[in-house]
Amino acid sequence: MGEVVQVAAPWVLLAALLLGMAALGVAALDGALAARAACRPASVGAQHPLVETARLLRQRRRTTVAADTLLRHVAVGGFAVAPLLMVAVVPLGEWVLADASVGVVWFNAVDVLVWVLVWLAGWGPNAAWSLTGGYRFLAQAMAYELPLMFALTAPAVAAGSLRVGDVAGGQQGLPYVVWMPVAFLVYCVGVLAFSVRGPLSPAGGPVISSGVLAELSGVDRLLVLAGRAGLLVAGAAFAVPLFLGGGSGPLLPGWLWVLVKTALLTAALVVVRRRLPDVRPERFLALGWTVLLPAALLQLLVVSVVVVVRS
Amino acid sequence: MTLEVVLVLAAALFSVGLYGALSQQVVVMVMMGLELMLNGVVLAAAGFWWFTAPDPSLQVLLVVVLAAMTVEMAMGFAVALLLHRTSGADMTDMAAELKQ
Amino acid sequence: MSLAFNELSSVVLETPLPDLSVLRGVAVTALGVVAVVTGALVFRVDSMARATYLLAASFVAVGAAVVALHLDYVGVVVVLMMLMEMAVMGVFMVMLMGMNPALMPMSMVHSGRRALAAAGTSFVVLTVGILLVDWPTRPDAPPSDPGATTYSLGDALMGDHMLVMMVVSPVMLATIVAGVVLAQAHGRYERLGDDLRGTSRQGGRR
Repeated sequence: MGEVVQVAAPWVLLAALLLGMAALGVAALDGALAARAACRPASVGAQHPLVETARLLRQRRRTTVAADTLLRHVAVGGFAVAPLLMVAVVPLGEWVLADASVGVVWFNAVDVLVWVLVWLAGWGPNAAWSLTGGYRFLAQAMAYELPLMFALTAPAVAAGSLRVGDVAGGQQGLPYVVWMPVAFLVYCVGVLAFSVRGPLSPAGGPVISSGVLAELSGVDRLLVLAGRAGLLVAGAAFAVPLFLGGGSGPLLPGWLWVLVKTALLTAALVVVRRRLPDVRPERFLALGWTVLLPAALLQLLVVSVVVVVRS
Repeated sequence: MTLEVVLVLAAALFSVGLYGALSQQVVVMVMMGLELMLNGVVLAAAGFWWFTAPDPSLQVLLVVVLAAMTVEMAMGFAVALLLHRTSGADMTDMAAELKQ
Repeated sequence: MSLAFNELSSVVLETPLPDLSVLRGVAVTALGVVAVVTGALVFRVDSMARATYLLAASFVAVGAAVVALHLDYVGVVVVLMMLMEMAVMGVFMVMLMGMNPALMPMSMVHSGRRALAAAGTSFVVLTVGILLVDWPTRPDAPPSDPGATTYSLGDALMGDHMLVMMVVSPVMLATIVAGVVLAQAHGRYERLGDDLRGTSRQGGRR
């Protein structure tokens, strides 16, 4: 793998297409697993996202009284854009959309943008369950964000660079996941938490009548559903250059390895997500600050010591 | 673009923030005014860095401004919450007892 | 297959982004104007959420302008921190504001005239000062590599300006502790009882 080359802006369409397909794949896998758990044929569940997409595309938009339409549009549009902003700095083999010198910080900024989007999606419809979902997400965010930040820092410290391409290039032979497993796990918890689905991210959970999703309908709902699946994919895709050695691997070309690794990690996250227990925000807060944060900091200390000794 | 343009824009941000900090009644809105003033400082420092200073000291200054913003917000929220909890006050005028 | 892909991309599609140096002045000025306008609107709108996120927009515009001036790290961190702060600020707005201006529009301003005069005066004084002072110019060309800028910031913080880091860090830690102490209504002793095991809980909120 040599240097990373920045490609022209129109390639963003390919990135969007890949993300959209991957998001559909996430929804299909989720549907299949759910159908199997309910003792129905998995193929029915796997088709469900397509059926749902067709239904939502035809559905008329439902509105609520005194809704803040502008802010709802901002949130819905943001959900469609945020995963793209994340993968923009992920090198696909040797190509990258934006070769930002601070790509790691950029990813972090976008995952904070998700706070804003979820809260605005909750605020927009002027409805109780939606707003509850938005608040829950922020409470949860207090728990996962700092550990996630420090987990992101570890590979950057090891590579001595905030450029994602440099981080991927810095792990020739030995992916960072091997010697910083704690940071990788904390990162995965963070991804599960910011992807607005599942027990670690109850903003749209059934406990609060699907929270931020409760009042969304039609295309709005479709975009938010696709966006949150895209966030999971983007989180997995970002882990590839950060922890899994980027495009390095035998036989296959680099770009294909990136896609394969992303697909595998995404599938693993979807499967794991279904098996985790529900965590209330305040429990998650205690977990985040007393377990995840110290663990991430210790991992960072180990990495820093290794870097100093090695240099 | 010249340094003057950036600085005038920064001065405008600062003045808008000053208006907010002086005129608003609700504590949180006052803090928004203060934040806006610091926003102007950030823009001005970035302009100075680009046009005049070759050394990284101004970047360090920017980091300090960011830290100051964080501290201001955290303590502001904490005090506002405490005031709200003890006396139900949410406006600056109601917090007159802090003067004594 | 990969070879063909390579050739295709190198021939047609590896055109780099257009050089932004010509556009930089326009971009920075435009972003600055956006920041001022959104900042002013913060005190005009009558919705708590809109006021908060207009302020966030103002910060994002300044962050983008800072990135355009090749201070990538500081610019992105401004965006990161301010989105985070504004998300939290929105919650505090709703919690602490006794009334909902979106539902019952009312003036939230006191001594507005004097504040306007003070703000106007400060702007005029600052502008006159800015235009009168003969600003120095840097001897060398502005940097072209934002990566080197980030590196020099880290170098300064961990080298010549270590004292700044040493002061800021404990202040931050003290802020966390003080913030929690001030804002907390029910401590863990109240929640879990004197032995902290939750066996002798005497009421309190969970």
